[in-house]
Amino acid sequence: MLSEAQIWQALEVVKDPEIPTLSMVDMGIITKVEIRGESDVFVEMTPTFSGCPAIKMMEGMVAERLKEIGIEKVEVVTTFDKPWDSNKLTERGLMCLKKHGLAPPPKHKGEITQELLEHVACPFCGSKNTETKSPFGPTLCRSLHYCNNCLQAFEQFKPVV
Amino acid sequence: MNHIKELLYKMADDLLIIGHRNSEWTGLGPILEEDIAFSSMAQDKIGQSQAIFQLLHELGEQEPDTVAFTRNANQFHNAVFTELPNGDYAFSTMRHFLYDVADQLRFEMLANSSYEPLAKVSRKVKGELKYHVFHANTWITKLGAATEESHARMQTALNECWNYALGMFEASEFEQQLISEKIFEGEAELKQRWLGAISPILTKATLTIPDESTWQPHTGGRKGIHTEHLQPLLDEMSEVFKIDPTAEW
Repeated sequence: MLSEAQIWQALEVVKDPEIPTLSMVDMGIITKVEIRGESDVFVEMTPTFSGCPAIKMMEGMVAERLKEIGIEKVEVVTTFDKPWDSNKLTERGLMCLKKHGLAPPPKHKGEITQELLEHVACPFCGSKNTETKSPFGPTLCRSLHYCNNCLQAFEQFKPVV
Repeated sequence: MNHIKELLYKMADDLLIIGHRNSEWTGLGPILEEDIAFSSMAQDKIGQSQAIFQLLHELGEQEPDTVAFTRNANQFHNAVFTELPNGDYAFSTMRHFLYDVADQLRFEMLANSSYEPLAKVSRKVKGELKYHVFHANTWITKLGAATEESHARMQTALNECWNYALGMFEASEFEQQLISEKIFEGEAELKQRWLGAISPILTKATLTIPDESTWQPHTGGRKGIHTEHLQPLLDEMSEVFKIDPTAEW
């Protein structure tokens, strides 16, 4: 029988469908893994945004991965019990975002202010001489920015409380 | 339980209808970023309405899709303000500002609701709405104080929106029960907080709230009394569902 730690490890290969460098574990959206019995696992997830269209797909990807490693009975449930916030991204997750060309969200202290969104460090050159173009980007979890130093548009993975 | 259902219905219906109106900007925004912004807000709002319809489902109402797509206009509880056609970008942006500030305050209040399932959803939604309010505040202050034309158009939009916006705070017959059971602090309290929140932004934008002697809240939406604009919206929104309720896309 697999241990809980082994299940978590197996889930590390399941990536965000929009950001292929980032695993769901590092994103912090898997909130619970429970071994219910011999080959019977329960996984709890929470969406980054309540309107996230990828959540059903991600539930399916988690279930499929666990079947792949031989778990027969898998239940995956999405709830708002432990809501996601951007501080739940792991250190490795933040690195993965940067590798993908996305500015990682700054750590917040329970409050998001408009100031926190200005002068986001550019993921390409590191300059903070940047400006916010729009709080809405190609997906709900990203915002649009422009770097006045290296003259490139970039996106940020939004800080969320 | 009727008092909770009534509260949930009006919130979910507001989100669904304003979400649909926002989606009508997809492909038509004045600049690409605004096209994306209104489309993103539409996606958020429809997702949030689904989360609240899900709470209603857990209280014995039908499935979210069924509730969203099979009712007629007189069974909807959204504020009339949310169903008005988009008009020009000034009107849409002003409505977005007046509506979203109210909605964010509503969800902040409900994050402390004694009705725990709603409190949980509200704690999530209030964080998402922050970005809607940032977006609205930015454009209201920019356009209100930019050129003579932009100022005039924003002031006209504010005047047109005002009595409809006041209609968002139409009291429910369950108001006292919701307050005494600590489920929701009530529409009157929300309206006061809303006035306190929008005033400094409008002042910064050099825009003037219509004189209080002219205030005539356009109510009725909460009781199913709507304008001629709602039914055509519902017909369009539910077109695919009515052809094939099992369709997936």
